Amino acid sequence: MPRPAEAVALDATDRRIVNALQGGLPVCERPYAEAATNLGISEDELIRRLERLLADGALTRFGPMYHAERLGGALTLAAMQVPEADFEHVTAIVNGFSEVAHNYRREHAFNMWFVLATEHPGRINEVIGDIERATGLKVYNLPKIEEFYVGLRFEA
Amino acid sequence: MEMNIELNTHSIPPVVDDTDRRLLAVVAKGLPLAPRPFAEVAARLGLDEAEVIARFAHLKQSGVLRRFGVVVRHHELGYGANAMVVWDVPDDQVRALGRCLAGFDFITLCYQRPRRLPQWRYNLYCMIHGKSREEVLSNLEWMVNRCGLQSLPHEVLFSRRRFKQCGARYHAENKEDAHAASG
Repeated sequence: MPRPAEAVALDATDRRIVNALQGGLPVCERPYAEAATNLGISEDELIRRLERLLADGALTRFGPMYHAERLGGALTLAAMQVPEADFEHVTAIVNGFSEVAHNYRREHAFNMWFVLATEHPGRINEVIGDIERATGLKVYNLPKIEEFYVGLRFEA
Repeated sequence: MEMNIELNTHSIPPVVDDTDRRLLAVVAKGLPLAPRPFAEVAARLGLDEAEVIARFAHLKQSGVLRRFGVVVRHHELGYGANAMVVWDVPDDQVRALGRCLAGFDFITLCYQRPRRLPQWRYNLYCMIHGKSREEVLSNLEWMVNRCGLQSLPHEVLFSRRRFKQCGARYHAENKEDAHAASG
């Protein structure tokens, strides 16, 4: 199966880097040097490859992952059943909320799925109420109960 | 009793002061790609490298910072198809099945979430990325057969397009939850 034309090509070393670094970079003076040693490449090569992967758009960023809840913030996944005729209108309303971080259309009666991120847990229900009032539609709040850990694994 | 104190990684209370918040803000867009990235962060804030490393180590130990890692853009890597597969699993089996699904290498996320009866019966979510819809569906079929899940009610929700994608306002972007709605 050929990949789409816009796909970024990763070589075997790139894939090993992506797989290894999804697990995280050590917090120390020379974190890239330490990670590079484990990958069997030089620090300089690792940094150059990361720069290229970021420039190509294969990676969005190389940065910190937080527990939003431990910083006092909150996250949830929300879903709506939006009538087809109103979809664009409702999308504009929902995306107008700064707390809506991601919004995807899916093929289902529940056709709008978005992530809400707020600075305080109590804000989640307020924003959901605001969206319901603004759209006249019910918003289903589906916060995570448990996460089952997976890494993204490319065939190296 | 001192002997009974268990030192797990989440036992330290997450105290985040103003300096920590400034540090997190500086690295929110990414850690500098330089041999000594924490020295560069330190220089920007007028701190010294050792203090910055100590603070990040503490943030990691207290669980505020999960890790410094990469965020992969599946679409740009040719994984253009993604489906959220939702399952209605008996509550006493959801943990075992969640762990099982998470073990397949084409599953990129797996979460338990609450049902919203009667409209929404599903309580286990997993994300399958693939190079095409056919590949996603054949992986799903393989997993269903392999684990004997034929009788478990489930639905496949393919994404059509992405309307909005941006980091959360407080820079606390969470890869897992973000992708749980996206992909």
